[in-house]
This record gives sequence, structure tokens and C-alpha cells, in this order.
Amino acid sequence: MNPSPASELQGYNPRNYLNSPATGLKSWLTTLDHKRIGVMFLVAVTVAFALGGFFALLIRLELLTPGPTIVDAMTYNRLFTLHGVVMIFLFMIPAIPSAFGNFLLPIMLGAKDVAFPRLNLLSFYLYLAGASVALYGMVHGGADTGWTFYTPYSTTTTTKVVPILLGAFIIGFSSILTGLNFIVTTHTMRAPGMTWNRLPLFVWSIYATAVIQILATPVLGMTLLLVAIEHAFGWGIFDPARGGDPVLFQHFFWFYSHPAVYIMILPAMAVMSEVVCAFSRKNIFGYKAVAYSSLGIAFVGFFTWGHHLFTSGQSTLTGGVFGVLSMFVGIFTAIKVFNWTATLYRGSISFTTPFAYFVGFLFFLVFGGMTGIALATMSLDVHWHDTYFVVAHFHFIMVGATLMAFLAALHYWLPKITGRMYPESWGLVAAVMVVLGFNFTFIPQFLLGNEGMPRRYFSYPERFWALNVASTAGASVLAIGLVIVLVYLLVAIRWGPVAGANPWGSRGFEWDTPSPPPPENYETTPVYTHGPHEYHEDPEPPRHAAPEPKHV
Amino acid sequence: MNELLRRILFLPEQASDYARQVDALHYFVIVTTMIGAAGVFLAAIYFFVRYRRRSESDRTPHVEPKAIHEILFIGGPLALFLLWFAIGFPQYVSLSLPPDDAMDVYVQGKKWMWKFAYPGGPNAIDRLRVPAGRPVRLLITSRDVIHSFYVPALRIKMDALPGRYTQTWFNASRPGRYEIFCAEYCGLSHSSMLGELVVMPAADFDDWMAQQRRGLASAQDAAPVPGEPVRPASSVVEEGRRVAAEQGCLKCHSVDGTRHIGPTWTDLYLRDEKLASGKLVRADEGYLTKSMMDPAADIVNGFQNVMPTFQGKLSPPEVAAVVEYIKSLKTPAAGSGPSEGPVYESVPRK
Amino acid sequence: MSETTATAAPSFLAHHFESLEKQTHAARLGMWLFLATEILLFTALFTGYAVYRYLFTPDFQAASRDLATWIGLVNTLVLVTSSFTVAMGYGRAVRGDGKGTRALFLVSVLLALVFLGFKVVEYSHHFHAGELPGRLYVSTRLQGPGAPIFYALYFLITGLHAVHVVVGMTILAVIGLRAGRGAYTREYHVPVELAGLYWHLVDLIWIFVFPLIYLI
Repeated sequence: MNPSPASELQGYNPRNYLNSPATGLKSWLTTLDHKRIGVMFLVAVTVAFALGGFFALLIRLELLTPGPTIVDAMTYNRLFTLHGVVMIFLFMIPAIPSAFGNFLLPIMLGAKDVAFPRLNLLSFYLYLAGASVALYGMVHGGADTGWTFYTPYSTTTTTKVVPILLGAFIIGFSSILTGLNFIVTTHTMRAPGMTWNRLPLFVWSIYATAVIQILATPVLGMTLLLVAIEHAFGWGIFDPARGGDPVLFQHFFWFYSHPAVYIMILPAMAVMSEVVCAFSRKNIFGYKAVAYSSLGIAFVGFFTWGHHLFTSGQSTLTGGVFGVLSMFVGIFTAIKVFNWTATLYRGSISFTTPFAYFVGFLFFLVFGGMTGIALATMSLDVHWHDTYFVVAHFHFIMVGATLMAFLAALHYWLPKITGRMYPESWGLVAAVMVVLGFNFTFIPQFLLGNEGMPRRYFSYPERFWALNVASTAGASVLAIGLVIVLVYLLVAIRWGPVAGANPWGSRGFEWDTPSPPPPENYETTPVYTHGPHEYHEDPEPPRHAAPEPKHV
Repeated sequence: MNELLRRILFLPEQASDYARQVDALHYFVIVTTMIGAAGVFLAAIYFFVRYRRRSESDRTPHVEPKAIHEILFIGGPLALFLLWFAIGFPQYVSLSLPPDDAMDVYVQGKKWMWKFAYPGGPNAIDRLRVPAGRPVRLLITSRDVIHSFYVPALRIKMDALPGRYTQTWFNASRPGRYEIFCAEYCGLSHSSMLGELVVMPAADFDDWMAQQRRGLASAQDAAPVPGEPVRPASSVVEEGRRVAAEQGCLKCHSVDGTRHIGPTWTDLYLRDEKLASGKLVRADEGYLTKSMMDPAADIVNGFQNVMPTFQGKLSPPEVAAVVEYIKSLKTPAAGSGPSEGPVYESVPRK
Repeated sequence: MSETTATAAPSFLAHHFESLEKQTHAARLGMWLFLATEILLFTALFTGYAVYRYLFTPDFQAASRDLATWIGLVNTLVLVTSSFTVAMGYGRAVRGDGKGTRALFLVSVLLALVFLGFKVVEYSHHFHAGELPGRLYVSTRLQGPGAPIFYALYFLITGLHAVHVVVGMTILAVIGLRAGRGAYTREYHVPVELAGLYWHLVDLIWIFVFPLIYLI
């Protein structure tokens, strides 16, 4: 702990990363401080989420009636493509790792920064560059291929596919560099006493995410580049008229994009491992199982991509292998669900907003995960493939689990990041709206999928009408809930009550710093003697290494 | 019970036995999921109440799992998941094993319609008529981009890939009209690419087919799309003969048994051909198609490697038509005049 | 905060690392991870090549035989030699001889230019013969459908490799010049090591490309 008087710990840290070493736009744009970079990412992904959410609202409005409602078919096709591209590449993949991971990882490890601060800043600028290229494409009409860019449609359509592809390609490098930075940081910058078995579980999951990021993203980059080249120059790698194999594209694409979904869920699990411990004042049940299951998801997740190709005419044996492996990957999530629930046993549970989002997360992860296993049961997938059942499944995970985790992270760590607290009653009201709205949006979509409504449909037979209306109604409630969250968070950041170093009484290591933290995180390197979230005895302040080695 | 669950889950009617079996697995999975989820949530809710926070300085015990916990948490779900897989996988495999006596229908998806062709029978657009109670094998391809042929009522779906044939099969047990959807995004009118599967009582279907073959085209099924050249209802075989003549196949391949530059087409279908490498290959649809696309791959013994490839020169339906024409050449063909359209017989498969 | 050491050389230790040893370890780990991502980038292309080679074996074999294998062989020797000179340059850096490093790295850059020169020769031959990817393929020598795809993959793989050669050359030039100005010492020469690692990867990838495309 910094040798500050106790009174300062209760208050707002006067020398913090927001105002030191300098203020002003230039100091932020050239910063090497991981906390500032994390905050800039947080702002960027929130804007991206708003854009993707706006597209989603337009989609749901269009689907209010079986025929054309507010846009024509071509516009609708572009809307769902851009909704997917923005949400996945500009929000879901970077959100928790690049925003919260950047901010928290070094602090949780007892380090002063990530291993490569300049690379970190480059990561941010690559994100902005890729987003700008994609935005340019969107402004000029965008693509209409779906975010999966299946060939040969994507190589023959006349819409602006190339800028969207290039934007995603550039953002891929942002993802790779962030992953690289996190892996090296975790390996080399742990403070004394921080053994692997004392790592916060947030770090374990972010580490597993980073492994996937560096191994899978290059393949996607290459694949998207190939599609862009074929679209622009007609080189025919995936074009059957020129001897190419369109299903090869699907294999390449899903080799990345299936691990990518684990890039999207592992950080959410990372957050929840912290939240459940902090808000039940309890150590995690089965630390090793939760830690290693993250690695298990990362590893096995690389071998399951073929379950996206069950109806693509592949051999049944190939399909069977992927089906079995998909069953195994679900087990790791099941382990976590049981362990999180068992953590509550004999805990001391405080039902505040982050915990409310944990409850939603648990509910949605169970159903989202189980419907994933159901989809892997191959004969069922034949009926459900490319229907709203799949859409509901992945929204349950991506919105129901990951977005809930993002919101929980916002509320849990707002005091640490800004030094101020949000209004709790508004937090709970909004959480209820978000959870209820979510249910009404996506449960009807499971039923639509059962009924046989395919996805990416601009118009639909009348018998699907009622469920579509229900889904749009739910989406409106969800949207309002999210807007409420945005509003009170912005108000709290500016005018909220001072939170102090540890308003939650959490024993996560990041709470050993003042709020907001000073630029160097720790003036002297801490020494760890046990893992985080130990609540069975009174807290002792962490020791510090002495003397501190000299630096430039 | 089946009906009750089917309605609760918003599943479409079950138009085949296969659909009924798939739904049975569906119910098993859903009910087990609900029970498992309920278990987790009830436990969680109980914990929320029983272990709610009493004071900010509460101490909690350090709880570690026993091995039995992890074994249950892992073993239980894993056994269940693998059981589901063990039921679903054979069902999935069965979709790729059509019975030998299945009636073939060629399906071609193109933006934004479905074209159907019966060997020896008529063509149709968007409406597929099949007999109830008899297996039907679909040979599916695409003219342009990837489409997907989906009949919710039968619980079947198979992608239509350009440049390749995929297959699936079904046996519709009940007469009725069922929706066909395109289930792979294919552009502007993807959601209008609807079709209708008309399952007719077997006797009615036979009557209809006989009518079609006699050339009494009922305009509604073979109605041409605006802009497409109108051709009288012709059979796929006739189409194949025309293509073969126009593309120059008949310059090298005879249809009367004469050995010429290439192997004769008479009685070629399912003949065991000896290749130059010494291997024996059976001339089925796959081999015939491959010979057109990659003729140098399997040269028949005694012939030269001079056949050019027709990849990119023949569209998939033209390739199919030529194959059907070859299949029809069981006896020396009549020399001139419009062909009578040979009688279609179920061709035995290996 | 900072304390200068007895010698005049500046400290290389960054503010967020506890010790130079940790910093060096981190730099190496980071470089190896980055190299792993580069390998995966090429693996995607190699997989594509393998798949299409399986689908179009005779066409690929014919097209491969058609390439000027002697150029590929010379290029391989040139690149391997340049890796050797880079390793020697690193050996100089370990001994604190910055000027030696600079000289050897510049030799490597020249060898890389030779490599690129040969590639230009090869490419222009293909352009004139119409052996180009996809719909640009107008050559009449190889008729099979696999030939345009072979050339698409040929240009993608060798082109991507050439881009990496250019990047590697730039890194070697910059690091070499800095070494010549005395930026690195016997105690700290990690950037030289990392530059060498990158160049060895560029060489290693070519050692896979050469047999895959030219020989089999």
C-alpha cells in the first residue's frame, strides 16, 4: 500500500492517472499508461456498441411486419451485416479485454504497466484505423453479405465489401498485439509471491483469451484478405467457376470464428469470477477447476469449428468428430457454472447491481450454453441451422452473458476507474429492465427457430408475425434499460459521490490501490503471500518489496 | 404427449417418421435442460436468501471442493451430452443413406427460385411434387451462390453448392403442402426464395407423373419465369441429348455401341470400366460427372487422354442432363426424330 | 528517481520493469509469440495450397515443373547465407562490436536485395507468359482448371513472403545503423537479437516455400 494517511484512502486520490503526469488531449493521445489506454478503449467500444445497437433497433423495427416496414430489402441486408460486423469486431472482441483487461491486468499482478506500453498504444490506434476504414465502407453503403462473408456471394456482390473486410483485417492486428502484450505481462511481470496458483481468476481467463487471440486471428486475417483480393481482382480461390472451393472458405473462416466466440465469452467469465467472489465475500469454489477450465476452453475450442458446417455437404464422419469435440468444450463451461453457484454456499451475499448482472449472466449462460450443446447434437442442428434458433443461441451468450458481464464490470470497477460511485437504486432498476427486456427479445426467437423461420430474412410468412412483434417489444425495453444505464453512469462519473479505495470491501488485489489509482499503480512493488478473495480472516495489508530497484 | 410438446415448443408438423424421431430427441434434450437449469437456479435462489449479507465485515469459511464434487460436475453433464450425441449422430448419418429404391429429383437453387427436374419427367419451378410413403432422394446443386434447401416439416436441410452436388433424402408419410425455405443468405430476395413441397397420395402422384411424361404439360408447374425462353415441357433426358450434340460430345462418343475416340455411351451407366492404371471403376453419376470435369483423372484402358474438360463450359443442370441422357442409353437409340422419352426405371445402386 | 550508473552509457531499463533481466526475458517472449502469429498467417496459405494441390494434383505438378527451379535454388542459397551473416552480426554484438554488426547486417540487406531482384525476374517472366492468377490467366501452355489457382497461390505466398523480406530488411538496416552508432553494448543488445530472430523466421518460411512450390 502506498504510505498514505488512512483518511486519504477513504477519499478521492488527488494524484491519479487522470491528472498525472499531464492533462490535455495530447497527453492522452500519446499516453503509455495502460489505464488511460484502457479508458480510451472503453469509450471507443461504447460508441461502437451504440452504433451496433442502433442497427439492431432498425432491424427489429423492420421485422415488426411480415412485409417491408421501414426499409427495403437491400438496406435490410446491409443492416444485419453491419450490425454483426460492428458488434463482433468493434465491440464484443475488444470490449472486456482491451478496456478492462488493459486497466486491471497490471494492477492485479502488482505491476506498474503492461510489458510493452508502446505496443499497447499501437493496439489502440490500429483499432481506430480499422474502425475508420470499416466506417468509410458503411458510409458508402456497406456490405450485404452477412458478417460471415460466405463465398461466392461475397466475392460477386457489388456492395462495398472490401473496406469492411480491410477494416476487420486491421482490427485483427489490434487484437493480436493486445493478446501478445497480455501473455508476456502475465508471464514476466508478476510481483513477488504471485505464483500461478495465486493469480486472480480474471487474469487466468484473460490469459486464455490472449492465447486464442494470437493463434486464431492471423488465420482470419489471411482469410478476409483472400476474399478481398478475390472480390477486387477475381483470383478465384473460392470461386467454383474458376475451380475454387467455396466450402474451403467456410473452413478457414470458422477456424478463426469459432475460437473467436471464446474470445468473446472468456473475458465475461473472467469478470464474473471476480464479481461472484466480491459480492458473496467468499473464495471461489474450486479455484483450479475454474482456472484450468479457461485453458481447456481455449484449447478444445480450436477443434470444433466444423459444427458450423453440418449441412454443407461434408462427410458424416468429419461432422461426427466435430460434434463430439463440441460436447467436450461445453463441459468446461458447465464446470464454471457449478463452481460459481457453489461459491455462494456459506457466502455473504450482497444483492447490488453487479451481483444482479451476475444473476442474469448465470441464467443466460446456462440456457445459451445448453442450446449450444443441443445444436451440436447433429440431427437437431439440421433443423436449426441458419434459423432464428441459432440467432437466439448466440445472442443469449453474447448479449445475455457477455453484455451482462460488461455491465457488471462497469458497475463493479467504476469506483476504481473514476473514484466515484453510481446510484444503486437506478442500477437495480436498469438491471431489471435489461434482464426482462432481454428475455422478451430472444426467447421468442428460439421459438421462431423451432417453427422454421430462417435468419437474415427481410420478409417472412405471416405465421411468424406474433413472435416477431414480441421480440421487437422486448428489444425496446432492453434498449431503454441500456440508455438508462448510460445516462446515470455519465452523471455519476461527473457528479457521483466519492467512492474511496474499496467501497465494496472486496479482497481482489486491485482494491489495494487508491481510487483512482496513481499513474505508476504502486510506488513500491507489493509482495503477495496468498491468493485473492480470502474472506475467512481479517485482512492484512500487503507487504512491499524493499528497497525498490532504480529505474530510468 | 408428442403433440403437446410439439405445440409448446412451436415445432412444425411432423411430415415424416424421421421428423418424429428427431423431435423425440429434441424433447429429451429440452426437458433435461429445463430440469438441470431449474436445479441450478433453485440452488442459487436458496443461497441468495440463506446466505444474504448480515454485516459488511462478515467472515466466510474457506471452502474447497472435494474430488467427488468435481467428478459429479464433470462426469454428470459429460455423460448426458455424449448420450445426446449418441442418439443424434445416427439420425444425422441416416440422412446420407438413402434407400436403394429412392426416387431421384434434381434440385437446382438459383437466385431466387428453386428448379426441380425428374429424370425422365418434367421440370418444375418452386413446386416439388412427391409421392407419400415412398423415399425421395434429392440431388442438390446451385447455379450461382450457396443456397440451402430447407423443409421445416421434414426437419431436413442441405446446402446447394455451386459446382457440386449434395444429396439428402426423405420419406414423407402424410399428404399435404409444406413450406420450402432457402436457408443460406443469397442476396436481395433471399427471403422470397420460397417453395412448396406437395406430398401427394402415391396413386395420385403416379397419375400425375404419367400425364407429365405424355407431354401434357400442365402450364402451372412448368410456367416459365418472365424473361426465360419458353421451351415445351421436355424431359431432362431430351435436354441431355441436345447438350451432348451441341457440345460436341457425340463427335467422340457413339450412342450405338461403336468404339470411337472415346468409350461408347451405350450401356455405359454402371458399367465396370477398366482404367489405364489397371483399377476397376464403376461408371456411376459421380464418375460420369468427374469425367466431364476432370477427364484426365481416370482414363479408360485403351483410350487416349484427349478429352477436354467441360468445367466452366457446362452449367450444373446441363451436366446433370447429360448424365441422365447417358443413363437412358440402355439399347441402341433411335436414329432421328424427337425421342420418345425412355421409360424411367429405378436404377439399382451399389 | 533515476540514478545514473558509473559509466556514461544510458540505462536501458524501462520504468515498468523491475530488472533488465526481466525486461530482456519479456522482449524475447514477446518476439517468439509474434513469430508464432506470423507462422499461423502463412499456415493458412499453406493449407490452402495443400487442399488445392490435392484437388488438382496433375495441374499443380505441371505448373510447379514449369517454374524456374534454378532461381528458387539460388534464392534459397542467398537467403540462407543472409541468415548466416545475420547470425555473425549478432555474434559481433555479443562482443560489443557495433560496427561489426552494422557491416554484417548491411551485407544481409544486400543479399536480400539480390533475392528480391531474382523475384522480380521471375515475376516479370510470369507476367509476359500470362501465367497470372484467376481470371487474369491467359497462358496457353497449361490448360487445366488448377493452373490459375496455382498461380493465385504462388503469387500470394511468394508475395506475402516478399513483403516480409522488405520489412525484415528495413529492420536489419535500422538496427544495423544504430549498432554502428554504438547504441548497444556487450551487456544489452536485445534489439539485435530480436531483429535476428525475425530474419531467421523470414528465412525459415522460405525454406518451406521452396520445396512446397518449386520441388514437389
